[in-house]
Order: sequence, then structure tokens, then C-alpha cells
Amino acid sequence: MPINSKNSKSKNMNNTLFFGLLMSSILFFTALTSTTVSASPEIEHWRTTNGARVYFVPAPELPIVDIRIIFNAGAARDEDMPGLAILTNGLLAEGAGGLSADQLAEQFESIGARFGNSAQRDMAILSLRTLTEKKIFDSAVNTLTTILTQPDFPKAAFERERGRLLTTLKQNKQSPGKLANKTFFNALYTKHPYRNQPTGTETGINELDTAKLKTFYDKYYVGSNAILAIVGDLSRTDAEKLAQTLMAKLPEGEPADNIPPVEALTDGEEIRIDHPSAQTHILVGQPGMKRGDPDYFALYVGNHILGGSGLVARLSNEIREKRGLAYSSYSYFVPMQQNGPFTIGLQTRNESADEALNVLRETIGTFIKEGPTAEELDAAKKNITGGFPLRISSNKKIIDYIGMIGFYQLPMDYLDTFNERVQAVTLDDIKNAFQKRIHLNKMATVMVGGNVNLTEKK
Amino acid sequence: MNPLSKISAAALTAAALTGCATGLAKNDTAEMSASSTALSANAGETGHIVTIGDVHEYRLDNGLQILIKEDHRAPVVVSQIWYKTGASYESNGTTGVAHVLEHMMFKGTKTLGPNEFSRIIAANGGRENAFTGQDYTAYFQQLEKSRLPISFELEADRMANLNLRAEDFVKEVKVVMEERRMRTDDKPRSLTYEHFAATAFVNSPYHQPIIGWMNDLENMNVDDMRNWYKDWYAPNNATLVVAGDVDAKAVFELAKKTYGKVKARPIPLLKPQTDFEQKGIKRIVVKAPAQVPYMLMGYKVPVVATAKTDWEPYALEMLANVLDAGESSRFAKELVRGQQIATSVGAGYDLYSRLDNLFLFSGTPAKGKTIEELEKAIRTQIQKIKTEQVSQAELDRIKAQVVASKVYEKDSLFYQAMQMGTLATVGLDWQLMDQFVERLRAVTPEQVQAVAKKYLIDDYLTVAVLDPQSTPAPAAANGGHSHAH
Repeated sequence: MPINSKNSKSKNMNNTLFFGLLMSSILFFTALTSTTVSASPEIEHWRTTNGARVYFVPAPELPIVDIRIIFNAGAARDEDMPGLAILTNGLLAEGAGGLSADQLAEQFESIGARFGNSAQRDMAILSLRTLTEKKIFDSAVNTLTTILTQPDFPKAAFERERGRLLTTLKQNKQSPGKLANKTFFNALYTKHPYRNQPTGTETGINELDTAKLKTFYDKYYVGSNAILAIVGDLSRTDAEKLAQTLMAKLPEGEPADNIPPVEALTDGEEIRIDHPSAQTHILVGQPGMKRGDPDYFALYVGNHILGGSGLVARLSNEIREKRGLAYSSYSYFVPMQQNGPFTIGLQTRNESADEALNVLRETIGTFIKEGPTAEELDAAKKNITGGFPLRISSNKKIIDYIGMIGFYQLPMDYLDTFNERVQAVTLDDIKNAFQKRIHLNKMATVMVGGNVNLTEKK
Repeated sequence: MNPLSKISAAALTAAALTGCATGLAKNDTAEMSASSTALSANAGETGHIVTIGDVHEYRLDNGLQILIKEDHRAPVVVSQIWYKTGASYESNGTTGVAHVLEHMMFKGTKTLGPNEFSRIIAANGGRENAFTGQDYTAYFQQLEKSRLPISFELEADRMANLNLRAEDFVKEVKVVMEERRMRTDDKPRSLTYEHFAATAFVNSPYHQPIIGWMNDLENMNVDDMRNWYKDWYAPNNATLVVAGDVDAKAVFELAKKTYGKVKARPIPLLKPQTDFEQKGIKRIVVKAPAQVPYMLMGYKVPVVATAKTDWEPYALEMLANVLDAGESSRFAKELVRGQQIATSVGAGYDLYSRLDNLFLFSGTPAKGKTIEELEKAIRTQIQKIKTEQVSQAELDRIKAQVVASKVYEKDSLFYQAMQMGTLATVGLDWQLMDQFVERLRAVTPEQVQAVAKKYLIDDYLTVAVLDPQSTPAPAAANGGHSHAH
């Protein structure tokens, strides 16, 4: 990607994969272990006059500032128009305060500032990284404020971005992994707002117009529904001024309603989708846990052992090391406002799909029944706590954490107490939490790939 | 794209996939004047080569090059060991061997069992991974700073004492075949790129994919591993890069005690395999199950390591940035937003490869537009560069981005280490890293025009088009829903 990765600006829409193609091959990938956790930097916290909650960590070492504004305005708020949240977020920089997308981009890039926006299920995000040199900083903040507070939602840009999003949806159908993921969410969240992908559906996108985006923006992009995270070379006074400048023109509004709780699955379901691929992508799982969950640490540490620690996790050992069945096999929780998914996954050549699924199920079943061994728990604790400094070793990582702490309203000492809470987890805690929460006979199983049985019949 | 962002793309992918991301901000800054003033000779200390700014270069008696960047922001360290070998060192028939061996490096040594390396790093709170490219194979650990000796001991051990067993190989090569299916065979765009590179390059080893042809993987054996390991894994063919909260001298002493024990060995002479001059445009079509068309265009160009005229790679780099460096560059402004011909379109150039490379274009046509229209639009953009000089405002904007990037990159130790490792491993001076901004700043509009006219011509062009083969409607029709368990 170019200096300013198109990705970061492109609302999860289309990235060219350009460099992905040139990329080196790497040894393995670990599961997206839930972005839990941590930083022991001192977090300063206050509210702006219109209700936005601000989280600030001074970082004087580098002359840069990172800013992240998070609204409780993700795709879970799409209601009957899947795609609404991501397009609203995506349109902000497509015209604001009378300036065109070209002009806004030029304002940022002519001073080397990096703007990004994106929307997931819970969060809608705007982010900025800039140098602190006064002229540059003021200009970057000014452009960000314009985008945040005066979006124009131009019709032509909307039509274009809608078209691009529809192409993305089409492209996603090429990917067995993406198809599996979409199907998996549909199965876990049949009637819940987490059901749809943040990229929406064709029907939903086709029903949108700029008035609907504007209504969504007016309702959710308000002070009392916002988190502002700041990390960088600023004094507290400067940070307060910055927060006020950015947020002042937004009305206070109302915080978004609570997302309804997720209903547990009542039955095991298996969905097989035929796809012209060499591999079958397998996803098994159920709704898992939420942020601030009382079982959080037991489930987190337990999952680390089961499938969250790369090559040394049980799943990888059974699937990859012992049998050579897959390049990647993993499990992870995504804690959200309500129970996000617990996902166990792998991808294997079509001929091995049933074998791999059996090993996967057996591995989970044994883990739920017996829990981890004392050695495994000890190793996991050493890994998690010993690696703690790595979690907070850059401004980028720190803003990830304080954004999360702020958005999910986790305790302010979350990072300080993280290691002790990990240390406190016992074998029984893990076993009990998994037995209480995770049910192998009530999981959804999604398999997308070349249907071997069908092929053989031909 | 700027070269460094190329590296960072690599880093990014690795990071994104491994979860070891350090943020991996992109690059570079104009701080070079500051750093060069700090140049110190520090003569007298055996093994110390040079110190520039906060980077210290050493060399062990066995030939191991060591680059240490002190950064005391956080009590962490990243250690990367880079070997001068990769897919472009391979021969036909055993493509993919560099990458399979990278996997086998985790299978134990004379004293450690399979995977024990990973378990020890994990027990020390570490994160680790490895990656193979055309020009390098590298292994890394990220650790709390006091654990650095563990990394050195383990890496030095597997540099010399790898235990390659047939039974491990048989399983691991299956893992790599699964990796190939996942990364290439089932990804229509990656598949298109593979065919594209194999067409554009003939004699050049960039012809072959890093992961190897499936047929070669199927016929690989443990002796191929042993030969590869014996040929390339030696301290005199490696660079150790350490970045973090460390004292350079102490790191050097530690390296002496660990890596220092490994003996130097003769390294095979690499045949140049210089690609012959292309004699005209090449076009291919790749049919694959897909929904959306895609195209790649690549022109043969020199890179820093091969250029006869030293400013040319930087002019090509600037050219890539004019077309595609953010939302204000020409492609985004004119092709995505203005004419709305492309859903996405990119231009890219990696100036830090070992051999001549490609100046690349890629894109997906917008709804209702064709691949032909997209190619025409890209060619029109190229023509415009050739006939009209790039504006000063554009150049200034790119320079501002590059200067800022150089500051931002300091937020990522891993990325900074990647840069040093890449440069050293493709045979360049790592100090070029600090010259990048200045070199790019020196590029004139005339030079941008000159490289476009000289290299972006049909005779050097290869075009590949993904022709989507529609697939039968999937979903419930076939498998349907069945309740089980």
C-alpha cells in the first residue's frame, strides 16, 4: 500500500490485496486472541461538556498524537437496513463542511496526517495520527472536526460508495472463509442484531439513501454516545482543549440503547455449503461472552490453552502438529457489548474435512470435560503475564486498549490488575466456566468447501 | 508506494496474521541529519563496525552481522535473525524449499524436541514467528527485555544443530500444502498473481512463487531440507537485528557467547539468473471460480540494488506515490472517485528487492465498467505522467507524507527492525534507510517523467486478467441444513 494505506481510509470496503499477493509466507497465524487488556500507563479520564467520555494517556517520547473517536454506532444498530452503519461512517470523509472528498484528503495528506474510519458490529470509529508541530496539528484537528461535525453526505459520493460496497459483497462470495464467517454469524445470531456482517446485505444496501444516513448520524454521532481516546505528546491542558475542540459542535444527544442480550443456541446445527474450493473451511461455535463478563478471565485463560496460543495450543497440536491437517487451527472469544462469538476454526483439503472436524470436536469435548492440566495452566499464565509489557509497548497498542476500556466501560484499573487476575485463575475456574458456558452439543457447525460426497457421486 | 511501505506491507501481513502486531506504523522521517551528526567511530572495540544515531553495527568473528537499535520507550525487545536465502535462491523442481525449511526450523535440534523452541519462548512470555520472502528467510521473537538471552541461545542452537527427521517433514509438508491451498489456490487474485509473475519473469527466479509449486511440494523430501539447511544456514550468511530497551554493548557480548559459538561455513555461489530483456507485451488470462474481475499490469524496472543510475529507483518510487499514496493521489482522485472506473486500483513498486522487479498496477473495475476500460484508464494516467510534468504541490504532499511517516514508524520497534533486516539481507547498506527521505526529496519532476518514458513502455509490460468463472449458486441447495449432534 501507499504511504497512507488505502485500507485505513476505506471503511473496510475494498482493499486491493495488492501487497498481500507479494507477501512472504509466514509460519503460522495465531487466532485473533481477543484484544483483551492492558496497559499500566496512567489513564486520565474526564467528560467534555456535551457528555463525551475522554481517555487520555500522555506519551511525550515521540512528537506525535493518536486520536480515536468511537461511537456506539456499529452495525448492530443497522436494524432492517444492513449496511447503514458502515456507509454512514464511510461517507463522513466523502464531503464535509462544503469540502469535497478530494479537498479533505488533500488537507490531511499535505501535512502527512493519517485519517482512518471503520465500522464493526459494536463500534463506529474515526481515527487520526498526526505530528504535534503546531501548524500541522491544528490543521489536522481542524479537518477531523469538520468531518466529524459537518458531514454533507453528498448524493454522488453515496452512490459511488454504495456501488463499491456491493462489489465488496460480491467479492466476498469468492472466499470460502468469508462465506463461512457470514454463515456462522447468521447461525449464532438468528434474531439478534449481531446477525449481519458489518458490510451489510445487498437488499439492505439497496434500500439506503442519504436521508437515512443523515438520520442515523444525527441519532448516534452525539456527545453522550461517544468515546474519545487520545495518546501522544500533549499536556493534560492541551488534551482537554483538543477534546473540547473536536466534540463541542456535536449535540449531547442520548446514549444508544442497550443491545439486547443474546439467546443461547438450543440445538446443534450443521450447515454445509458447496463451494468450488480446494479446502473446506470449518467454523464451530456458539455465542460466547461479553466485555466485563464475570467469567472473562477463566474463559480467556482457558481459551489460550485450548486454541489461543498459536503453535503451542492444544488445537494446533492435535490438528497441525500431530496430523498435518491444517495450516491454521484456533479458537477465540470476541467479547462484545453482549455475548460475542466463541469460534473454533480450521481449513483443510476437502478430503480431510470430516476427519478434521472429528478431531476438532474431540479436542473441544475433552477440554470441556477435563479442563486443562496443571502444566498447561502454568505455561499459559507464564506466557500471558510474562508478555504483559509487549501489550502496551507502543502508542498504537495503548490507544487500542484505552479505546476498549472506555467503550466497554471496564474498570480504570483493568490494566493494572490484569496480571493478578490472570494469576488468580484456577484449574477449577476454567473447567467450571467452560462446563457452564460452552456446550458442544449446542454449537453451530459451518463447513464451506468442495463437497467431496457430491464429487464422488459424479 | 514507498519501498518502506512495501516492507511494512510485509510486516503488516505477518503481524496481522500472527497477532504479533506492534502497530507497524509505516515509515520514515527526515531525521537523517540529526542521526548522521551522531556518527561515532568508537574504534578500538573488536567487532564494532559503526554507530550512527541510535543504531550500532557489529560483526562477530564468524561473520554474523549484528545491528542493534536502542529504543528505551518500553521494557521490551524484538530480536530477528535474517538469512540471506529465500524463494529466489531456489531451483526449478524444488521450489518452496526455503519456506518448508522455515517451518522445519521449529521441529527441534540435537537437544530440543519438536516445538520445544516455541514452548520455551511462550513460557517466557514471548511471541514468535517466522517468514520467508523472495530474498530472505527470517525468524523473530518479541520479549520482555530481560528474556533476550533465551532468544539468542535458542536461535544460535537451531542455526547449527537442527534435527531434520523424515517423520516430521512428512507431516509438515502437508501443513505447507494446506497453506498453499488457503493462500493461493482458493484465492482467485493470488492465483492470478502467481500466473502473472511466472509470465513476467522467465529466467529470473522471481518467476516462482514463494510457497512453491504444488507439484514440487508433493515431490519434496527430507534430503532437500538437509541440503538447503547445510547450504544457507550459517552465521556468515545472516544478520541479527535487535531493537528495544537494550544496551548495545551488552547485546554484542551476549551474541558473542551464543551466536559466537557457531562456526562459519562456505556459502554456495549464487548464479545471477538475470532475466533477459523482454521483447514485447505479454498477456495472459487466468480463469478461476470467482465473482469479480481483476487485473495486474507489471513493467520490468530496476531497483536500488541493480540500478545503473542511482536516482532512478527513487524516481520510480515517487512515481508510484504520485499515482497511489493515499486518498489524495491520482488513482483515488481520478479513477475511483472522478471517473469511477475502478472499485479499487493501486500502483506499487518495491525498490529494495535483490533483483530487477516489476512496477505494478492492479485493479478491479467499477460496476458496469470493463477490464479493458480500466486498463485504458491506467494507461491514460501513465501517458499523462509522460507528457505533463508532475506538479510541485503533488511532490510536496508526498514529501510531507514521507517525512511524517518516518516519525510515525518510531512507534513500532518491529517495523524498524524489519527495515534494517530487509536492507542488509538484499545486499544493501542498512544506512540507506536513513537516506530514503533525502533521496526522495531530491527527485525532480523531470526525473519522474524520465523514468516513466524509459520503463513504462509496452515492450516491458505483462498483463494478467482474472476471468471469473461463474459458480453454481451455493448455499442451502446442496448441503442444506441438517441437524446433528
